[in-house]
Amino acid sequence: MSETTERKRSEVADVDRSLYDFVMSEEGYERYADGLTPDIVRAISEKKDEPAWMLEMRLKALDVFHEMRMADNWGPDTSGLDMDHISTYVSPKTKQARDWDDVPEDIKTTFERLGIPEAERESLAGVGAQYDSEIVYHNMREEVAEQGVIYTTIEDALHDPQWEPVVHQYFGKLIPMRDHKFAALHYAVWSGGSFVYVPEGVTLSYPLQSYFRLNASGAGQFEHTLIIVEPGADLHFIEGCSAPKYYEANLHAGAVELYVKDHARLRYSTIENWSKNMYNLNTKRATVGADSRMEWVSGSFGSHVSYLYPTTILQGARSTCEFTGITFAGATQDLDTGCKVILNGADTTASVDTKSISKDGGVNTFRSSVVIGAKAERARATVSCSSLMLDDISRSDTIPAMDVRCGSASVGHEATIGRISDDTILYLMSRGCSEAEARTMVVNGFANPVSKELPLEYAVISRRRRFRTSTCRPRRPGTTCASTRFPSRSRRPSPKARSSRACRASSTRSRPASAPKPPHGSWPRRVTPATSRSRPA
Amino acid sequence: MSDTLLTIDGLSAGTEDKPILHNVSLSVSSGETHVLMGPNGAGKSTLGHVIMGDPAYQVSGGSIYFDGQDITELAPDKRSLAGIFLSYQAPVEVPGVPLYSFLRTICQMRPELKTTARKFRQRVNEICEQLSLPDSFLTRELNVGFSGGEKKKIEMLQLLLLRPKLAILDETDSGLDVDALSIVSRGIEAYRKDCDGALIVITHNTRILERLDVDRAHVMVHGHLVADGPASLIDEIDAEGFGRFEAAIEGGAQ
Repeated sequence: MSETTERKRSEVADVDRSLYDFVMSEEGYERYADGLTPDIVRAISEKKDEPAWMLEMRLKALDVFHEMRMADNWGPDTSGLDMDHISTYVSPKTKQARDWDDVPEDIKTTFERLGIPEAERESLAGVGAQYDSEIVYHNMREEVAEQGVIYTTIEDALHDPQWEPVVHQYFGKLIPMRDHKFAALHYAVWSGGSFVYVPEGVTLSYPLQSYFRLNASGAGQFEHTLIIVEPGADLHFIEGCSAPKYYEANLHAGAVELYVKDHARLRYSTIENWSKNMYNLNTKRATVGADSRMEWVSGSFGSHVSYLYPTTILQGARSTCEFTGITFAGATQDLDTGCKVILNGADTTASVDTKSISKDGGVNTFRSSVVIGAKAERARATVSCSSLMLDDISRSDTIPAMDVRCGSASVGHEATIGRISDDTILYLMSRGCSEAEARTMVVNGFANPVSKELPLEYAVISRRRRFRTSTCRPRRPGTTCASTRFPSRSRRPSPKARSSRACRASSTRSRPASAPKPPHGSWPRRVTPATSRSRPA
Repeated sequence: MSDTLLTIDGLSAGTEDKPILHNVSLSVSSGETHVLMGPNGAGKSTLGHVIMGDPAYQVSGGSIYFDGQDITELAPDKRSLAGIFLSYQAPVEVPGVPLYSFLRTICQMRPELKTTARKFRQRVNEICEQLSLPDSFLTRELNVGFSGGEKKKIEMLQLLLLRPKLAILDETDSGLDVDALSIVSRGIEAYRKDCDGALIVITHNTRILERLDVDRAHVMVHGHLVADGPASLIDEIDAEGFGRFEAAIEGGAQ
């Protein structure tokens, strides 16, 4: 193989990080001391002028954090994360603005480079932008506000006598602080994030987007997102995140609590592009009422270590959860992702469709947990995950777990783990494609059914696209699979596409995912089944 | 300029641990139709793959010249662009790659075939009609979920679009029902007529040859080309089988 071909080949599915790797000075910022003490927690609470119950909750969470052990035998190594060297609160010296012109220049430049204001003008109903620990910009279109939609920070909601009781009622109820050690940490030091309330019967025709940027080195971001979708309402919420690369560990331990009431719908899309020094230990959970629909779209491209398993509790009868995810792990990345669905209502359905790509020694672990409760008559769940490894040093594991307690329920699981076959490359090359083109074609084809769901047109990509057309850079897979048009909410894969994927799975050299054979040695700590973890309340 | 399109001279090749082809020599002139026959496992498909440049096989001796150029060391994509086409016995499925855009891609990368989207569409439609392929196939993923016969038709579609100078058909007729076989035969005929392309047909079945004027037939046994002759050789094999050739090579080996 010639050197140029090697270089080209390594470009396959690489995420272009140049867009995220820029640092702004922290000069003049308020930065709290590293480590975790009651004083720091009190200081955060005092700065936010919070109600007493919130401070109480924070202090209790701090105790729980110190009391809980790190989960061992679970997921990627987190020993590089030392809480004594993480600052839990870094605030730019600015007030929250409703106009980008009121945002300090360097921060505004940051978000402009990420394409946020542009996306806001073109295709969003509202935008929240968090910089380190605080939201620096929050705005929503007039017409959306007139419908009674609330989109603000949790802090502001707590200062509003109308919304403070609502936050009190829902905050921390879906994800309890004892869920795991980092949930406790989150509740102790949370800062920023979004509060969204969609009143009964209101449909937002454009998405809301919150963007989280962690600029400070050796710091943590602990935003809390609380979304309440009232009966008959419909919302698409997008979260994006990125950070520049540092050599110190950064930590992201956010929490996302989603309440979807009856006959409602919520689509929650995430594009995560953390830098490769980030420990992304995020917790997301949704509870779904009768005849409602929860859709997750999740693109995980960044971070050094990720633990991310969005959970859906299908509480109401006939509710539906659809999880679509793609994870890309390159060099130095160990990404443990997946999802958990708990089907409690009768006639509930869940479908999970994920893809993962690993290359240059990247490690992907997919976990799914499907729990069907005793009363979930006729519940149906299907899980499909496919993994692609682009070289011999990368790794991909699949760990599905199913716990079915209802006789009339049906579950299905389908997993494929594979490499790009030599036969496929030969086939494409013998029709004239170079080896690099052939690989790109296969990787794009593999990722496409999932990646086309990603809301890249709202996120950083709109910026990138313009840049590309002006310089005619080659298309990079894994980052630019979305079309430019506004995605209709019904852009689900057709039944035909589904069945063809099923055919493909059976024709790929697949092996039962319950016992994935590690390509290089064995990692005993990975054999723990997903069910051994404590279940959410 | 010589009329000879493909010259294989003393070619020996095999996998890492097993030699398969021994000292094979063969030459094909422009527009000629050659038939390669032989019992199962004789190395016929291997020869097709080696001509295409499949890296699974290593050439240990001899050379392959195509269109005046030594292609022995050339990568498959370069051979394809030079005008060689291999129709696979079992075309692979490539999930997520829509057939139509794939066809467009492989045509646009060839300067001689570059055309407007509209003309390309017309050409594809013409060929689809010729091959009785419904339009709906074009939006499907490349070969994914296609039946054996449909995959062979997709190979013919690519053959007719790419207009190669030499097409190697590796058991393109195997597994086809009567109707599919006649459609594929028509496709091959069209290739011969429209493109004046040369053919190497690897087959067990003489039926596909009925519509073709065969210039030369070759017999391969145990990786050796043991006989070649005019089209009448095919009828002889059809009637008597490969016994005579096998006996000869086994006798020769002792």
